[in-house]
Amino acid sequence: MAINWYKYASPASFYSLAGKMIPFFAVVAFGLLVVGLYIGFFVAPTDFQQGEAYRIIFIHVPAAWMSMFLYVVMAFWAGIGLAFNTRLSSMMATAIAPTGALFTFLALWTGSLWGKPMWGTWWVWDARLTSELILLFLYIGFMSLQAAIDDSRRADKAGAIIALVGVINIPIIYFSVQWWNTLHQGASVSVTQAPTMASTMLTGMMVMVFASWMYSIAVILKRVRVIILERESHTAWVAELRQKGVL
Amino acid sequence: MNWSSWSEFFSMGGYGVYVWGSYFVTFACVIGEVLLVSRRKRTLIKRDGLTHKSNKETYSVRDEELNN
Amino acid sequence: MFLWIVQRDLLLAVRRRSDVLTTLFFFIIVVSLFPLSVGPEMNMLRMMAPGIVWVAALLASMLSLGRLFANDYLDGTLEQMLLSPQSLSVLVLGKALAHWLATGVPLVMMAPVLGIQYDLPTDALFVLTLSLLLGTPVLSLIGAIGAALTLGLRGGGVLVSLLVLPLYIPVLIFGAGAVEAIMAGIDYDAHLSLLGAFLLVSVVFAPWAAAASLRVSME
Repeated sequence: MAINWYKYASPASFYSLAGKMIPFFAVVAFGLLVVGLYIGFFVAPTDFQQGEAYRIIFIHVPAAWMSMFLYVVMAFWAGIGLAFNTRLSSMMATAIAPTGALFTFLALWTGSLWGKPMWGTWWVWDARLTSELILLFLYIGFMSLQAAIDDSRRADKAGAIIALVGVINIPIIYFSVQWWNTLHQGASVSVTQAPTMASTMLTGMMVMVFASWMYSIAVILKRVRVIILERESHTAWVAELRQKGVL
Repeated sequence: MNWSSWSEFFSMGGYGVYVWGSYFVTFACVIGEVLLVSRRKRTLIKRDGLTHKSNKETYSVRDEELNN
Repeated sequence: MFLWIVQRDLLLAVRRRSDVLTTLFFFIIVVSLFPLSVGPEMNMLRMMAPGIVWVAALLASMLSLGRLFANDYLDGTLEQMLLSPQSLSVLVLGKALAHWLATGVPLVMMAPVLGIQYDLPTDALFVLTLSLLLGTPVLSLIGAIGAALTLGLRGGGVLVSLLVLPLYIPVLIFGAGAVEAIMAGIDYDAHLSLLGAFLLVSVVFAPWAAAASLRVSME
């Protein structure tokens, strides 16, 4: 029984499929969140070096990983949309951008809040923080380019090009910033690598990472459904859905 | 169980401001994002619903004029 | 064909001399603003000189990106170029080269003069000019992608800078880094070779990406 995957490439069938998947991901995300927070706050011991402040790691690391991972996924869908001219993949890329930008902002916000007690300042020109900031600019560039173009077909393609050019540049930017940081400051600001993690800390963090995965999938599918509606509002199947009031 | 009392839990070993500051903003952004998407959908449905109904009325009026 | 378009664009640039001069004067003004803001204290200025000159060059070349395709887009020659049998990326490479010759080279020639304003030692001046010589074409090439993407959009100028600035950062780091290296006495050829690498990569990929964006924008 070969599932005809192409059926889901059409916005109409994907719309209903996404509709069914969202509640599942949302529930799993919430469950993992509760477990992760419980482990993070009640099971994980106090860190001998950083005291309690290290508990920010349970949202800082997932946010940072998600911000980078979502950019690559966005560039992947944008590339597919550009290559195969499938409108749905470009819609997916457009739907991923805001969540990715949000995670980048959260990574920066929690990073600086964690940095204050540890390094004494809100912002340190550390290589990772700087490349995270540049990643935020890439996201904002992608979203503002798409917002500036009215015709959605052109917006998808233009966004795809800037996303692909961006994803090629991410390693270059990261290494040049890494190199730049080591040249200028040397190791004056000793940025602790991920602290040698007690097992409970690690499991707590990983549970939070998976929670952030589930959450992102749920939110992105929810947003992609809205984008599908926005773009297909003139079609018959949307009118029919509206008739049944089951939108 | 690390915390003996709730107040100790909230003080978070003196780092409460930073820990709760970051957690609060994170959850505020997460909930905000979900609300934004659903609000975007609601305005979309309202807008389309309106145009759809009003379209029907204007078209029906125009068709009658054409018929007679 | 390639030479034809470079020659044609240079002719246009020369005829509209004001564009070239505005970019140059913008560069000079921005570089001269910093001492007024930071104070006349020499060794502070000397330490900041590479960064200031490089950021000013970056902004100046980005300023004139908007006009790269705009005039041809308005009077329809861009459509002719799309339809022409010549490969579009060669045409875009020609336009980017013309843009570099019209805006980049004057910056490179002006940089030593401004360097003296910051009391840079002569070898640093030499490295500054060399790094700008290698870096500005990369700016024009990557800028061509941004200009092509934002063709005919409202608020296109600001959007180009938002799209293109993150991509300029590696060039800025290694460009300014080269001059700082020579001033610190350590060897700077690693920086220049990396700038050369960026140049080669962008010469190959940027025209192709810009051509793709042109086709997208011109649909």
